[in-house]
Amino acid sequence: MSWLTRAAHAAWEFVVGDDPAIALGVVVALGVTAAIASAGAAAWWVMPLAVLALLALSLRRAAR
Amino acid sequence: MSGTELGLAISVFLACAVEAVEALTIVLAVGITRSWRSALIGVAAAIAALAVIVAALGPALTALPINALRVVVGALLLIFGLQWLRKAVLRAAGLKAIHDEAQAFTAETDAARAAARAGAGFDGYAFTISFKGVLLEGLEVAFIVLTFGANQHDIGLAAIAAGVAVLAVTATGVAVRAPLARVPENAMKFCVGVMLTSFGIFWGAEGAGASWPGGDAALLVIIPGVLVASLGLVQWLRRQHAIAPAVGSSA
Repeated sequence: MSWLTRAAHAAWEFVVGDDPAIALGVVVALGVTAAIASAGAAAWWVMPLAVLALLALSLRRAAR
Repeated sequence: MSGTELGLAISVFLACAVEAVEALTIVLAVGITRSWRSALIGVAAAIAALAVIVAALGPALTALPINALRVVVGALLLIFGLQWLRKAVLRAAGLKAIHDEAQAFTAETDAARAAARAGAGFDGYAFTISFKGVLLEGLEVAFIVLTFGANQHDIGLAAIAAGVAVLAVTATGVAVRAPLARVPENAMKFCVGVMLTSFGIFWGAEGAGASWPGGDAALLVIIPGVLVASLGLVQWLRRQHAIAPAVGSSA
C-alpha cells in the first residue's frame, strides 16, 4: 500500500469513522435543507430532525 | 464575549482537555518506562507538525466565502461530532467500554517494557509512540480549533482555549506524575459530542440557506435539545438491552 493510499485511508477513518451512513445522511440532509430554503420555505427544522434520526439509527445498528 | 464565542471557547477547551489527558497518558507511560528525553523530543516534534498543519490550513479556511465555509464546516462538525456523540451514548448506555486512563496507562507501560531496546542514547520507540500519540490526539484538537475558529473568524480565541486546556492538563500531570484517571473524561466527551453536533446543526443549516428563528439565540435551544435527545437515547438503549446504569457512566 502506497503512502498516498494509507494517508487517504487515515483521512477517511479520521473524518468519517465507524459509520459512513452518518456522513452520507448529513450530506443528504444539507442538500434537502438547501433545496427547501431555495424554494423560499422555512428549512431550519430539517437538520435537527435529520441528526436525531441519523444518531438513533446509527445507535440501533451499533447496539445489535 | 457573546454566547457563540463562549460556546466556542467551552467546546474547544473541553475537547482539548480530553485529548490532552489521553496524550499525557501515552507520554507518561513511555517517559517513565523508557526515556523521558526521547519521549519529550517526540512531543516537541508532534507539536511542531501540528503547528505547520494549523498554519497551512487556517488561512485557507478563512479565505472561503462565509456560506461555503459554514456549510463545509457544519457538515464536517456534524460528521465528526456525531461520531463523538455516538460513542459517548454507547458508553453511557453500557454498550461500549468506558475509557479508563489507568487501564490505558497499564497497557501502554506493559507494551513499552516489552518492546526491544536499541541500547543507550536516543530511544526510537519512546520517540515514535510519544510523537504518534500527541500528533493523533492533537489532530482532533487542531480540526476543532480550525473549524470553530474559522467560522467565528476568531481562531485566536479557539487557540487560547486550546492552549489553556493543554497547560492545565500538563501542569496537573507534572504535579501528580500519574495518568489523570479521575478526570471525568467520559462525561467531557459526551459534552463535546453535544457541542460539536449542535454547532454543526446550526452552521450547516445556515450555510445551506436556512434562517434560524431568533438568529444566534437558536443555539440556546439547539444545545439543550441535543443534550436532552442524547440522554433520552441513552435511556432508550438501556431499556432495549435491559442494562443497569454503569458506575461512573458519562450520562
